[in-house]
Amino acid sequence: MINYIWFFLIFISIVVSVLNGNINVINESIIKDAEEAVKFAISLIGIMSIWMGLINIAEKSGLIKSFSKILTPITSFLFPEVPKNHPAMSAIVMNMVTNMFGAGNSATAIGIKAMEEMNTLNKNKKRSTNAMCMFLVINMSSIQIVPLTILKIRADAGSVNPTEIIGTSLVATTVSTIVGIIAVKILQGKGD
Amino acid sequence: MINISGIINIISISIIPFIMTIILIHGYIKRVDLYECFVDGAKEGLKSAIKIMPYLIAIFLAIGVFRKSGAMDILVKVLSPIGKIVGIPKETIPLFVIRPISGSASLAMVQDIINNYGPDSFIGRVASTMMGSAETIFYTMAVYFGAVGVKDSRHTLPAALISHLAGAVASVIICRLIFL
Repeated sequence: MINYIWFFLIFISIVVSVLNGNINVINESIIKDAEEAVKFAISLIGIMSIWMGLINIAEKSGLIKSFSKILTPITSFLFPEVPKNHPAMSAIVMNMVTNMFGAGNSATAIGIKAMEEMNTLNKNKKRSTNAMCMFLVINMSSIQIVPLTILKIRADAGSVNPTEIIGTSLVATTVSTIVGIIAVKILQGKGD
Repeated sequence: MINISGIINIISISIIPFIMTIILIHGYIKRVDLYECFVDGAKEGLKSAIKIMPYLIAIFLAIGVFRKSGAMDILVKVLSPIGKIVGIPKETIPLFVIRPISGSASLAMVQDIINNYGPDSFIGRVASTMMGSAETIFYTMAVYFGAVGVKDSRHTLPAALISHLAGAVASVIICRLIFL
């Protein structure tokens, strides 16, 4: 699917830019956006290395195993294909926790670790498993306890009460997460 | 309210150092070779970051040209009627459309909405709630699936979009209930 989306995004953009007479934006984009992507990936190296390093310690010490045992009831419902004591489980849970607190790139690093662990259980490496789909949808609709960026924007704009949207965001994300989980369970069908 | 948010802020700042401390102390007690383990793991981190670079380039390029060419504006116009049907205020529909596609564009859009309508207006609160409760779907998928080289994402995108719509509608409803 991403194949079609990617093609159409670029194809339509070229057509529109020709019709709008601003074809030069394509040239600009090729230079600037590629550079942005490289800069971003490089800026991830540090934080990813730190978290992968810390997780490796937690794995070797057995901390991750004991941590995932506590959460087994929830995680085995969401990820029935992942064995209870698999390292993927703890990375999944750690990602959820860090995500909730808006840890940004730290959460991403841990999440990638979770994906790599889930991929060890994957039979067809080109195709995502049910667990991966579930994990990503929960990740994207993640319950946000502190949306820091938006709080800052509100405070800068002179809001009387910048934090008043914490409660509403919490409700909205809870709804989106629950709907996301249901959608995944329905859409995954019989496959794998 | 200020007290609660103060506490939440403290938790948010200290969650990472807290997790770090637990990991290190537990590893030390269990006599794990901390330094070596860390470096071994960090090597994996380096590999992962490099591995996702091509996927990021592909997504940044597609989204960049889509925004700059004006195609995104057309998409917003096309999708606006759907937003109206489900009750999303028309001022926040562009934000709803762009949020899954581009993080920086949606941030700029929230800033714009808040500047125009004020942070404490109904529209401003709905926009803040929507922004705080959604994620950049395309970017996230590129990074996570890119890291493991999965090409077929199956039902991830449709499910994520359904969840995004549910979150947006919930944002509007909860803001109506609390702020109106």
